[in-house]
Amino acid sequence: MTLNEIINPANLVYSKTKVMNDTPMHYCPGCSHGVVHKLIAEVIEEMNVQEKTIGIAPVGCAVFAYKYLDIDWQQAAHGRAPALATAVIRLLPDRLVFTYQGDGDLAAIGTAETIHAANRGENIAIIFINNGIYGMTGGQMAPTTLEGMKTSTSPNGRKIELNGNPLNMTDLLARLPGTCYVTRQSVHNVANVRKTKKAIRLAFENALAHKGTSVVEVVSTCNSGWKMTPADANTWMVDNMFPEYPLGDIKNL
Amino acid sequence: MAKIKGAVVIDEEHCKGCNLCVVACPSNVLALNKEANSKGYNYSYMDNPDECVGCAACAYVCPDACITVYKVRV
Repeated sequence: MTLNEIINPANLVYSKTKVMNDTPMHYCPGCSHGVVHKLIAEVIEEMNVQEKTIGIAPVGCAVFAYKYLDIDWQQAAHGRAPALATAVIRLLPDRLVFTYQGDGDLAAIGTAETIHAANRGENIAIIFINNGIYGMTGGQMAPTTLEGMKTSTSPNGRKIELNGNPLNMTDLLARLPGTCYVTRQSVHNVANVRKTKKAIRLAFENALAHKGTSVVEVVSTCNSGWKMTPADANTWMVDNMFPEYPLGDIKNL
Repeated sequence: MAKIKGAVVIDEEHCKGCNLCVVACPSNVLALNKEANSKGYNYSYMDNPDECVGCAACAYVCPDACITVYKVRV
């Protein structure tokens, strides 16, 4: 059988979802953001909620998320995505509202907004990309940076006595009564991509069912900021990030 | 036993040559091309198309959603 006989619409098993448009993504080669964007788009297509989904884009690498997913978007000030999402879901309670935030956005400048929105139990889904670094601005140390991890502002590695401990936002959010589903996933291989997709789907269903705040942390790589190849960054993440940020559901009510 | 034949189509212009699909492929079908696309990236291609089983592992991990997968039983 020739390739041309196999490549036929009748034999299609996987193609890009229509919720994503054809704009080339600005992310570095191998960036986890692209995979998570794709999963969100696939979940929106499967749930058939493209017309009623409103995403809140953050400041950070994902600031241009609105260029890639063909849904309604709002762009929040740095860290304020959960506050803006609160306004949107209260004014338009029949919509699916989610925020998409990195660790510099959610765990640093937006800590207050995130914790209070989750504590109020706003009916939103929070997608939290944790790569332990400020990717967009040049690989500076973030609150989530691991002990001993080298960044452009901690060239000798993060020191606990000087910079404090890595901040585990997801564990903090799981303790709040307003959250209904808190999980930590990754997208470094096929099995985990599938699990993350299921987690995003559950988070979106919870938001639509007004069950409270759902948080999906995706432990991610920043191969440019970490100064590694994409494949090496995945290996480094498994060896170093997962002990500090273990995968799995933390809360599922 | 029915044999499964697969094939992938790679959007060469959108591929950034990150190599994640090459690492993810269980059948060692994919490789990075020596040729570069218009952005200068060595895009992925089917180096060993006979081995493809259409499992779509490459497409799942592709950050730029540039892989389409086909599969047929023969």
